[in-house]
Amino acid sequence: MSPTTLYRGHEGMWMWVVHRVTGVAIFFFLLVHVLDTSLVRVSPEAYNEVIGSYKTPLYGLVEAGLVAAILLHAFNGIRIIAVDRSTWALRHQRQLVWAVWIAFAVLMVPFLWRHLGHVFGGA
Amino acid sequence: MTAQSPTRPPRVPSGRTRHNAEKWSWVFMRVTGPVLLVLILTHLFINLMTGDGISQIDFAFVAGKWASPLWQVWDLVMLVLALLHGGNGMRLLVNDYAQRPWLRKVLHGALGVAVIGIIVLGSLVIFTFDACPVDADPSLLPSFCEDVR
Repeated sequence: MSPTTLYRGHEGMWMWVVHRVTGVAIFFFLLVHVLDTSLVRVSPEAYNEVIGSYKTPLYGLVEAGLVAAILLHAFNGIRIIAVDRSTWALRHQRQLVWAVWIAFAVLMVPFLWRHLGHVFGGA
Repeated sequence: MTAQSPTRPPRVPSGRTRHNAEKWSWVFMRVTGPVLLVLILTHLFINLMTGDGISQIDFAFVAGKWASPLWQVWDLVMLVLALLHGGNGMRLLVNDYAQRPWLRKVLHGALGVAVIGIIVLGSLVIFTFDACPVDADPSLLPSFCEDVR
């Protein structure tokens, strides 16, 4: 609990919270996602009906949140590995938190543009 | 705290044991993480960014993908690694937050059943999938089913 800890109350601690919250969200989505995909073994009609509900605006926004969770968890995971493995990354761990959010934004903007266009544009 | 016998690994406050198994769990997360990044971001890109994105996803789309062994293997590896990575992560959260031994046991059990059950279900779906079921509406099937009939 020394004042020089990397974690407590600093960016690293918040990213630790982000990693846990996004991980849990992705895990529960994964269970549901395998179940909905399994409907292809029931009938084309059953699968299309359930997937059809994923194309509604409400689910479209939930999917956007899910993609956001996956991107954050993925990039932050890379940051954790880098900080553990390289002293350069350890020294620059604060900047790497920014790098995670910048990489997240760079992929999220074109994704939202396209995905929300499909969901709300009725394409 | 009573003195620990030399064969028992020391306990950390979260209740995790510093055992060799925990080291392998850590290595597993480090190795599967970057692999899952590539598998899942590609999966999301193909399904949500190319073509008509979410609007294109239906039975015929899935059938078209699984006609290729590449996507069958891709989805199988993604299924297994994602559930083991996610299940192991959830196990660590249970260790951190579920303090009562009975609750921990129940949650670990439920987690194991869910992870194994979903891996078995998903694998069966990928390998027993029928792209052209005989009793289905032909308009919902992939175009290559016309040649099969």
